Amino acid sequence: MPEALFHHLPVLQVVLTLVAAPLCALAGSRWAWSIATAASIIAFAITVTLFSSVLDGTVISYHIGGWAPPIGIEYRVDILNAFVLLIVSGIAVLTLIYAQKSVTAEIGSEKHGLFYAAFLLCLTGLMGVAITGDAFNVFVFLEISSLSAYALIATGADRDRRALTAAYNYLIMGTIGATFFVIGLGLLYMLTGTLNMADLAQRLFDHGDNRTLRTGFCFVLIGLTLKLAMFPLHLWLPDAYSRAPSAVTAFLSATATKVMVYVLLRFLFAIFSFSFAFEASVLRVLVLPLAMIGIVVASVVAIFQDDLKRMLAYSSIAQIGYMLLGLALVSQTGVMASIIHLFNHAITKAALFMAAGCFVLQAGTTSIRELRGIGRDMPWTMAAFVVGGLSLIGVPLTVGFISKWYLVEAFIAEGWWPVALLIVASSLLSFAYVWRVVEAAYLRDAPEGVVRKEAPLSMLVPMWTLAGMSIYFGVDSSLTSAAASRAANALIGASNLFWQ
Amino acid sequence: MIISLALYLAIFLPFAATGLLAALDRWPNARDAVSVVTALVSFGLALTVLRGFLGGDGGSFSLLEVMPGLPIVFGVEPLGMVFALLASGLWIVVAIYAIGYMRANEESHQTRFAICFALAIGGALGIAFAGNLFTLFIFYEALTLSTYPLVAHKQTPEARAGARIYLTILLTTSIGFFLPAIIWVWTAAGTLDFFPGGILEGRVDPAVAPLLLALFAYGIGKAALMPFHRWLPAAMVAPTPVSALLHAVAVVKAGVFTLLKVGVYIFGIGYLSHTGASLWLAWVAAASLIISAVIALTKDDLKARLAYSTVSQLAYVTLGVALANQMGIIGGTMQMVMHAMAKITLFMCAGAIYVTTHKTRVSELTGLGRQMPFTFTAFLIASVSIIGLPPLGGAWSKWFLLMGAADAGQTVLIGVLALGSLLSVFYLLPVAGKALFLPPRGANTLVAGDAVIAGISEAPLLCLLPICATALGCVALFFFGNELYAFLLRIPLLAVAREAAP
Amino acid sequence: MVTMDSVLSLISGHYNYWMGIVLMMLGLYVAISRGNLIKKVVGLNLFQTSVFMLYISMGKVTGGTAPILTGKPDTIYSNPLPHVLILTAIVVGISTTALALALIVRIREAYGTIEEDEIAAIERQFEFPKDRVA
Repeated sequence: MPEALFHHLPVLQVVLTLVAAPLCALAGSRWAWSIATAASIIAFAITVTLFSSVLDGTVISYHIGGWAPPIGIEYRVDILNAFVLLIVSGIAVLTLIYAQKSVTAEIGSEKHGLFYAAFLLCLTGLMGVAITGDAFNVFVFLEISSLSAYALIATGADRDRRALTAAYNYLIMGTIGATFFVIGLGLLYMLTGTLNMADLAQRLFDHGDNRTLRTGFCFVLIGLTLKLAMFPLHLWLPDAYSRAPSAVTAFLSATATKVMVYVLLRFLFAIFSFSFAFEASVLRVLVLPLAMIGIVVASVVAIFQDDLKRMLAYSSIAQIGYMLLGLALVSQTGVMASIIHLFNHAITKAALFMAAGCFVLQAGTTSIRELRGIGRDMPWTMAAFVVGGLSLIGVPLTVGFISKWYLVEAFIAEGWWPVALLIVASSLLSFAYVWRVVEAAYLRDAPEGVVRKEAPLSMLVPMWTLAGMSIYFGVDSSLTSAAASRAANALIGASNLFWQ
Repeated sequence: MIISLALYLAIFLPFAATGLLAALDRWPNARDAVSVVTALVSFGLALTVLRGFLGGDGGSFSLLEVMPGLPIVFGVEPLGMVFALLASGLWIVVAIYAIGYMRANEESHQTRFAICFALAIGGALGIAFAGNLFTLFIFYEALTLSTYPLVAHKQTPEARAGARIYLTILLTTSIGFFLPAIIWVWTAAGTLDFFPGGILEGRVDPAVAPLLLALFAYGIGKAALMPFHRWLPAAMVAPTPVSALLHAVAVVKAGVFTLLKVGVYIFGIGYLSHTGASLWLAWVAAASLIISAVIALTKDDLKARLAYSTVSQLAYVTLGVALANQMGIIGGTMQMVMHAMAKITLFMCAGAIYVTTHKTRVSELTGLGRQMPFTFTAFLIASVSIIGLPPLGGAWSKWFLLMGAADAGQTVLIGVLALGSLLSVFYLLPVAGKALFLPPRGANTLVAGDAVIAGISEAPLLCLLPICATALGCVALFFFGNELYAFLLRIPLLAVAREAAP
Repeated sequence: MVTMDSVLSLISGHYNYWMGIVLMMLGLYVAISRGNLIKKVVGLNLFQTSVFMLYISMGKVTGGTAPILTGKPDTIYSNPLPHVLILTAIVVGISTTALALALIVRIREAYGTIEEDEIAAIERQFEFPKDRVA
């Protein structure tokens, strides 16, 4: 690859899909899918290149327009956000392949151009959030991704008009969250006069602890936790996920909240690291209990859902709780467990929502009651669902087990026994909601007169790619755990914090 | 290394066979032939491993590393060898029996049945040859999941409910207790390898060792220690070959085997005995032993009675581990073997009775011995073996367990063991006794000859032959007791050079 | 000791903050409490705008002029960065409002109302129609 092109890769990562988005809108329904897929594949290729070049610990710093930071906007790629980029762009490619049939079935053809344009914008926003090294830029990209996500969710109205209200409520909540985030940024800016993350961290460290900083921290924390649906700020999520088109749900569930977790990690550990005592106490006193309650409550609610997608949505809230638990422990193993679960849950949940989408397409329903006997009619889809479900439970040789293992290990190492036990106990709750589906699908007879066929290959392949990854990285986690542990090191190494 | 190849083949052959079984869905004869041949080959492979082991070959083989420092490892040692031979050997018998039973009852989903059966045996062999606790846990869970469809086989509401209890209890205990225990060991000792003499010495405070042992004892739900025994009777809804598999070969034996492994290679009996960490477990096991035996007395349903008998007999093994001395371990291991051989016979008999007469209650069996003399004779032999009388295999295990209790100086436990045997006389002997020696119910002496006139009407040959084989096995085990004892003496109980431990 | 003067200076010296907070709370309250979807958006706008004003006032330097190069070396400029940032944020805010309004139009088409409680009633009916309750 020419040196010049390689040098510009970080910005191309974002610009490419940004430019392709209006092309999709202009090209119309016929070509939109091809353009979007091509753009996302190139974006994925760029991510892979970036990932492989930061794997050894180097940090790529790109200056937008040649303006050096802290004046100019900096794109900064280290192992952590390269890892997140990999998840986002990888899932995007798979979802787009999957989307072709699914979207055709669920959304009117006249809207396809706009749909794929919004999809690419959402992808752009998420990748931008991950790649940028500028705090305010995070907000801008955040809003690009959120606005397009609201629109994407609203396209579910063709199947279920409640998607409109879901999107509207998400918009209100999301905007409040984003505005809180901006307020926090404003306070930090007032304190330091900079918005570049690295610079911000340094100057905040020089300033030491003070009240403005604490206020800023709280605003940022609340804004982000609202966006990532931490219990009890999760109310927008079940509606949004269960009523959006299947492909959108698969994509958002695997990426949107995960990117938010990444931002939270970045802010907590790379920017606020100096005010350790205060931050740690907020995390341990506030976030940790909320995460625990969230895990239990959301899992229990999930058990009582009849709508498969809604059940999975509640399960997502619980799984986000695990990620928050890991980071709220404020230890290196905890952060690593968070990061690895971020990846593991992304692939698992995407596979599960894709399976739900296949049911929508072939059976026309996601009601667990009406899906009985589906295991025989759609064996491959259901098998993928079982794999994903086992991973949610945390059965060995699936990625879910790896996450739980690291998480439990982190808590036991710190001597937090009750939390460790809660984590394993909550696995049993996930077992309860997953098994309801499995039992209905395999051990009950299909409703009479219902004809259901296996999903088309273009949907099975991406779904099984993810399901296969859920197994592969569960059997051999060397790649993911190495990446996650290096990312945790990079994150903590970037801070000035003296651990322990 | 022939031994490593044979070992890998033994573990993965059953898994590989599932593909073939699925492909042969439409040709039941070919499918069942594959089942039996796979079982035979597996047993052959296990024997090959045994020959290699006796020839001094051994060691452990690392397959791949799942997490840094946590590889999937297989290894050969005497305990695992015994369990592997037991599982693969009895699989042959059950595979043949299952063909006869399933066909005679015209059960549906026979292919799914055969596949899950093979998976379960693969899981059991994986447990047998697991070289560390992590590998063992993986196969333990695989075994749980693969037997679930077997329990739910009939797909009736009762079958679903039973299977749900089965899965819920086994998963709850394994994820809720077993897994935290494993992670505890991992954080404390830094390794999960099975190591002669244990790995916890000096690494886990003796004060909390009983707690850790409790996590293991209750976490290994397959060992059915009260109060986590409910899954066993619940799983009775399964077809009888499955019950035989669950209660004699794969599942419960995997449970007590895991317990033995944990006692010998994780805690180390030295650590257990000098810290006294396992003393409470001996009493809990004793209580479980007596209570379930008493419950068995009250059950009229034959399979339920056998199930509670299993709970009681498994407690013997747990007790053996808890005694934490050589005789206890040897007695426990023997009990595992002897009970497997006898209980599989009993269950297959129960199945044969059901196939032939569709009777499931003990009270209905009176006088049936004249119609099914072979079945009930086998039942009698197996019952006597479970009670522990010579000249049957069960005598040895009870004998060594008594020696273990005596070595540990637990006079009361000797009494408990004796009482357990006495109770088993009461709940088992009447079954065969009434069937063989009493006239059919409702028949007076005048027409008692009717049953004889009706003649002998046994279960299909494919059911009957395995029953006879295992009944003879019970007898044979008595005469090979000494060889088994000599082999079990090889179990490394004492710590070897510590520097080998990481 | 808290004197009247110190209180007054706390209020007057941080006048922009106080107004910002008041507007913020008003906006947030409206956005959360109102049932009319349009009014919610109005509240949201108020909330966002208060933040913009906070930012802009933050960039004001006493005696400073608009940050346009005058060529004189001793000119004091206001900090232009917050203003530029808020320009972006305003664009984001407008897009959000536009999208929200578009959604409201669609909701009105689909439900025939833009009152939250009425929509909720219709949705409940949709979720549990009488004929499916058995």
